[in-house]
Amino acid sequence: MIPGTLFYWIAFIFTALTAIFAAVMVITRRNPIHSAMFLILNFLCIAVLYLLLNSQFIAIIQVMVYAGAIMMLVIFVIMLLSVEEEKRTYKIRLSPAKVIGVLLVVILFAQLIYGVAQKVVPGEWGEFTPERIAQIGEIKAVGGLLFTRYLFPFEVASILLLVGIIGAVILSKKER
Amino acid sequence: MLFSVPPMYYLIVSALIFAIGAVGVLIRRNAIIIFMCIEMMLSAVNLSLITASHYLNSLDGVLMVFFVMTVAAAEAAVGLAIFVLLYRGRRTIKVDEINLLKW
Repeated sequence: MIPGTLFYWIAFIFTALTAIFAAVMVITRRNPIHSAMFLILNFLCIAVLYLLLNSQFIAIIQVMVYAGAIMMLVIFVIMLLSVEEEKRTYKIRLSPAKVIGVLLVVILFAQLIYGVAQKVVPGEWGEFTPERIAQIGEIKAVGGLLFTRYLFPFEVASILLLVGIIGAVILSKKER
Repeated sequence: MLFSVPPMYYLIVSALIFAIGAVGVLIRRNAIIIFMCIEMMLSAVNLSLITASHYLNSLDGVLMVFFVMTVAAAEAAVGLAIFVLLYRGRRTIKVDEINLLKW
């Protein structure tokens, strides 16, 4: 038994339950600001799960990009549009479309679980063991891969970001 | 005797968050909340990629997540600009009332 396993289990169970709780709260709150706050909690919990999976780089990026930048933008837009919360008396109408949709999602979830339980993480084994990553540093390893094997996707991503910036500016420009 | 957490548990958490996000997309009518649910689904998929990457001793999943986050950031910028534009034109972001293209 590796020392720290008990702490690992406690941290995993606590974080996973909090993430699922936050996810449920996101889709049930009436006020969009409350949804946004619970979504930030969900992203932070997922960042802790990344830390447990030994990828510190992605955990930091998750906190900075998702919980920081994207959620700041979302809350900014919610406040800009001053969307009122849905009325308290408004009951969630169970239209047939919603029932069918939820049923389909349940089937999808069952399929995902079946697929996971059938064969856990198939695929080729790579060369980056935790010891090797600790030796050369994770950011160095990621950067090395990013600028060699993944150079073309990296360039495409830069063009995508440029298109995103131009699109956002053009869309939100006032018409003459 | 305790063993380390098997990858299956991480994948189950990821699948659960993905399913909750999909339910949110289907039952909520506020465009911004639908957008937030889509972000949640993207991040659930990221979790399963990181899990596979960790348990296979590979860094390919980490790079994949890096690109997914790039796409999510670009999507956030353009999508929220579209919501602002919609609100300016029609004074609502309820997806039920934006039905000009509906058959």
